[in-house]
Amino acid sequence: MDPIIVDPVDLTPLAQALVYGLAAIGPALGIGYLVGKAIESMARQPETAGMLRTTMFLGIAFVEALALFGFVLAFII
Amino acid sequence: MSILAVQAEPGEFPEIRLDDLFEFPAILFDGTVFAFNRMGLLYLLAAGITIALMLGAFLNAKVVPGRFQSAMEAIVELIRNNIVLEVIGPKGLRYVPLLGSMFLFILVGNLFGITPFINMPANGRMAMPAFLAIVTWTVFIAAGIRAHGLRYFKNALIPSGVPLPILFLLVPIELVSTFVVRPLTLAVRLFANMMAGHILLAVAFLATNAFLIDVNAGFTDAHFFVNGALSVMGILTLLGSVALIGFELLVSVLQAYIFTILTAVYIASSVEEAH
Repeated sequence: MDPIIVDPVDLTPLAQALVYGLAAIGPALGIGYLVGKAIESMARQPETAGMLRTTMFLGIAFVEALALFGFVLAFII
Repeated sequence: MSILAVQAEPGEFPEIRLDDLFEFPAILFDGTVFAFNRMGLLYLLAAGITIALMLGAFLNAKVVPGRFQSAMEAIVELIRNNIVLEVIGPKGLRYVPLLGSMFLFILVGNLFGITPFINMPANGRMAMPAFLAIVTWTVFIAAGIRAHGLRYFKNALIPSGVPLPILFLLVPIELVSTFVVRPLTLAVRLFANMMAGHILLAVAFLATNAFLIDVNAGFTDAHFFVNGALSVMGILTLLGSVALIGFELLVSVLQAYIFTILTAVYIASSVEEAH
C-alpha cells in the first residue's frame, strides 16, 4: 500500500491572519468599554468633556498599541 | 502607475499583489540613495500644498476674512482652542505652528488616497509616519528638558510615592512605554490605517472592474445567468467603493486629528509639573 503523501501547505498566511485577528479581540473590547465609559461620563458632566476626551484618546492610544503590535507581527512572521 | 495596470484575463478576477499597490519604480537617480519615485513626488506635493494653503490664506490676511481664509482660520482655531489650549494649556501656545502644520500636512497626505489620478495616500508607506513620529519624539523630549532640565527623565521614569522594590518593576515599564512604544505606535497607527484603506479601495475598484467589465467582455447567451449574477456583484462593489471613499475621507481626517492630539498629549505630559 502506498504511503499517503500530503502536499506541504504553506500555512503562513493563515498564521498571519490569526495573529492579527486574535490581537484585535482584546483591544476591540477595551476600546469599546473605554469610549462607552467616556461618553457616559461626558453625558453626566458635559463641562468636563474636554478633559475626558484627552484622557480617552490617551487611553485609546495605550490600548490600541496592542492591536498595532499584532498588525506589525502579522507582517514580520 | 495606476492600479488599473494590474491586468487580468477577461472573466478572471485579477491577482492583486501588494507590491503593485505600494512599490513604484524610480523616476530619477535610479540605483542611488537619492532614488526618487512617485512617493517622493507625493511628499513634495503634500508639503507644497500645505505651504500654499497657509500662505494663500494668511499672507494677505484681511480683517474681514473671505471664504477661503475663514475656512483656514477654522482649522487653526481647532488646533489652538480644541487641541492646544485644552490639552497643554496657555503655555503650550508656542506649539500651535508645529501642530497646525503637522495636522495639515498629514491631512493633505492622507487625502491623496482618495484624490482621483493620485490614488495613493502619502502616509501609506512607513517613511513619512516614521519621520513624523521621530519629530514628535524629539519635540516632547526637548519640551520636557526645556521645562525641567535633566530632572525631566527622573519625573518621567520614577513616579513619586512608590516604594523602592516596585520601582525595579516600574522603571523599565515606564522607560519602554514612554520612549519606545509612544513613537512606534504613533507611526504604525497612521501607516496601518492608511495602508488598510488603500488596500480596501484597490480591492473594491478591481472587483468592480472585473465583475462589470472583464466578465461581460466575453458575453454570450450561454452564461447569461452567471454573467447577470456577477454583474449584480459588480454593482454592489461599485456602490461599496463609493461608500468606502466617504469612509476613507473620515479616516483621513480622524487620523490626522488623532496624530496631532496625541502629540499634544505627549508634550503636555512632558511639561506638566511632577506630582
